[in-house]
Amino acid sequence: MTKSNDSGVSRRSILKAGTALGAGAVIAPTFFVRNAWAEEFRNNPGNASSVKFGFNVPQTGAYADEGADELRAYELAVKHINGEGDGGMLNTMQPLMLKGDGVLGKKVEYVTGDTQTKSDAARASAKRMIEKDGVIMYSGGSSSGVAIAQQSLAQEMGVVFMNGLTHSNDTTGKDKRRYGFRHFFNAYMSGAALGPVLKETMGTDRRAYHLTADYTWGWTQEESIKNTTEGLGWETVNAVRTPLGAGDFSQYITPVLNSGADVLILNHYGKDMINSLTQAVQFGLRDKQVNGKDFQIVVPLYSRLMAQGAGANIKGIYGTTNWNWSLQDAGSQAFVKSFGQEYGFPPSQAAHTCYVQTILYADACARAGTFYPPEVIKALEGFEFDGMGNGKTLYRAEDHQCFKDVLVVRGNENATSQFDLLEVVQEVPASQVTYDPSIFGGELGPYKV
Amino acid sequence: MDVILLQLLNGLDKGGAYALIALGLTIIFGTLGVVNFAHGALFMLGAFCAVSVQALLTISKKVKDESIKFFDAYKEIPYLEAWWGDTGAMIIDYAVPISILVAIPLMLLIGLGMERGLIRYFYKRPHAEQILVTFGLAIVVQELIKAQFGANPIPTPAPEVIAGSANVGLWVGLGESVVYPWWRLIYLAFAGVVIASAFAFLNLTTYGMVVRAGMADRETVGLLGINIQRRFTIVFGMAAVIAGLAGVMYTPILPPDYHMGMDFLVLSFVVVVVGGMGSLGGAVLAGFVLGILQSFASMNEVKSILPGIDQIIIYLIAVVILLVRPRGLLGRKGVMES
Repeated sequence: MTKSNDSGVSRRSILKAGTALGAGAVIAPTFFVRNAWAEEFRNNPGNASSVKFGFNVPQTGAYADEGADELRAYELAVKHINGEGDGGMLNTMQPLMLKGDGVLGKKVEYVTGDTQTKSDAARASAKRMIEKDGVIMYSGGSSSGVAIAQQSLAQEMGVVFMNGLTHSNDTTGKDKRRYGFRHFFNAYMSGAALGPVLKETMGTDRRAYHLTADYTWGWTQEESIKNTTEGLGWETVNAVRTPLGAGDFSQYITPVLNSGADVLILNHYGKDMINSLTQAVQFGLRDKQVNGKDFQIVVPLYSRLMAQGAGANIKGIYGTTNWNWSLQDAGSQAFVKSFGQEYGFPPSQAAHTCYVQTILYADACARAGTFYPPEVIKALEGFEFDGMGNGKTLYRAEDHQCFKDVLVVRGNENATSQFDLLEVVQEVPASQVTYDPSIFGGELGPYKV
Repeated sequence: MDVILLQLLNGLDKGGAYALIALGLTIIFGTLGVVNFAHGALFMLGAFCAVSVQALLTISKKVKDESIKFFDAYKEIPYLEAWWGDTGAMIIDYAVPISILVAIPLMLLIGLGMERGLIRYFYKRPHAEQILVTFGLAIVVQELIKAQFGANPIPTPAPEVIAGSANVGLWVGLGESVVYPWWRLIYLAFAGVVIASAFAFLNLTTYGMVVRAGMADRETVGLLGINIQRRFTIVFGMAAVIAGLAGVMYTPILPPDYHMGMDFLVLSFVVVVVGGMGSLGGAVLAGFVLGILQSFASMNEVKSILPGIDQIIIYLIAVVILLVRPRGLLGRKGVMES
């Protein structure tokens, strides 16, 4: 006699169901729940309605004006991400996941800090933002030494750092970090972009004298520009390191007069560049004839704010910039319009890179579907985009450096407005400034920290 | 030879600035016994007199800039140029020399205000407290300037007619290759005139004689019925004018920013100490000596033997001089000694 199972539930089916439930319980966190890693990372916003960014810029010290412009751009970027204002570059960026309603449904808030253009102050300020304010990402710029210090902190703390203005090769070279990203160009790219223009305008038989700011950015720029000019056939007469913030450069400029050099390359930025260029012009270098040629001055890294400080001395002098407000592409025009309407003047290149970096980070979170840093990092690595003012751009996965067109500019001889200080001589395509990431060494480090 | 001449001129120029600031510092120390860390701020305020005069002369009307389509931008056309054309432009071009006339009364007022409003309360306090309060004042002043004018250097060029360089080589038979900016030569001459005037005032006038007597023995001069305190206040104002004029004249050499006073202050204190606390002649001598040595230390030939010497030479010389002559080059016994 067999006993029938009236309920229709056999021991076998219970076992099957139990096994399936067990397996489901194991798989579920990563299979059904997209933010399975939600609890594992620092400053996870969880179910909060907002998420916080940190903007760490020089608010005091020599780069305070540049820092103020960066802060304006960050504020504008947050507005646009949250769906306020005219949307700026959110109207032109391709591809784009942001919808103008914050990031992943959370409104963006922000806190600000002061780097004072000092590495230790910048780290302390960033640490406070991470530990006290709970920022999910921080950003800022204006000095490579400061940027590198903050990038290392980002790796230690497991919070993404989007570099603002930093031009040293080291930032995405020997000191690159998995948690650090740079949209701004670098010294190598300046050299590669300037080379053909220098050859065309000054020829191949030149003797160059370098004055170089004595810190990481100055050293890498000197090296990159020397490589370029020596490649053109130029001779390097001398390369002299000058202390940062020297003020009076006369004792460094006078030896140039009788050195036999016919080109002075000023590897200076900010206040140093304004002072050294002003004094070089005062010493009559631009009116000099050496070796039968007109003496020339080159400033490899230019900014409009610096050009304002140097006044008429900047006229006719060649250099490079990451971006200039006079560009006619749709992205640049959208950004200049938003910024101009908000503040009454056009943005600087520092403002542009900071704005773009904030949008790129927010968009990467949207594409990754999470704020979990390793996934956001993967979303940025190898990301190709357009419509942000520099043509098609690649965030290279190997070193977290953006590759895009570089502008060779010249101090405008016939400015049509008070902002029209730099004239774009050439937009050098990204392919011409791209290099093998292994040449600068360095290790990105792990995704999970 | 060319290089040596140029570096000598650089050194004299730099030394001129050091000497002018140190002269004011040491006058204040010698008369009032106050260690004034706000003296660099007076130099910076002088420079910003030039910036302010330039800003006043270039007050502009705003005209819509049609070349900018994206947003409402405006061109600024100075009223002086709009009204008087080339004459207006020439007046703007002479902003720095004009600002000397403005700086003299203004710096005198600032000096008097500073002494009456703050410094006098600290005469009998320890030097450490004087340093703290004057340093605090310097920070307040520079932050106010930054809030008003921003952190970037502001170009204040010399008049166009003297913007170029003089052919110094031809003057001394070294050929056309040795040139030196006109304005720097003018600054050197100006420093000489100001220093000579200050010495003449203190040594050749009755007023100066009383001040010097007060510096030597304040009590006795007071017992003679002379209000030495009032004279000292005026001397403080005079020191502020000297620092201010040094700042005004320095603007075409170094576009001024809010921090320039601090940059010069430390070096000027070294100059005062090396020259001998309270010694006017010592301050001037040390200013020029250290300026010249700093310039020669920056020569590539020197740096190839002693790398980095240009950045430490002033402090190195200060150490050596103070070891050999603890009171400085021309220091007197009993000053700042118990």
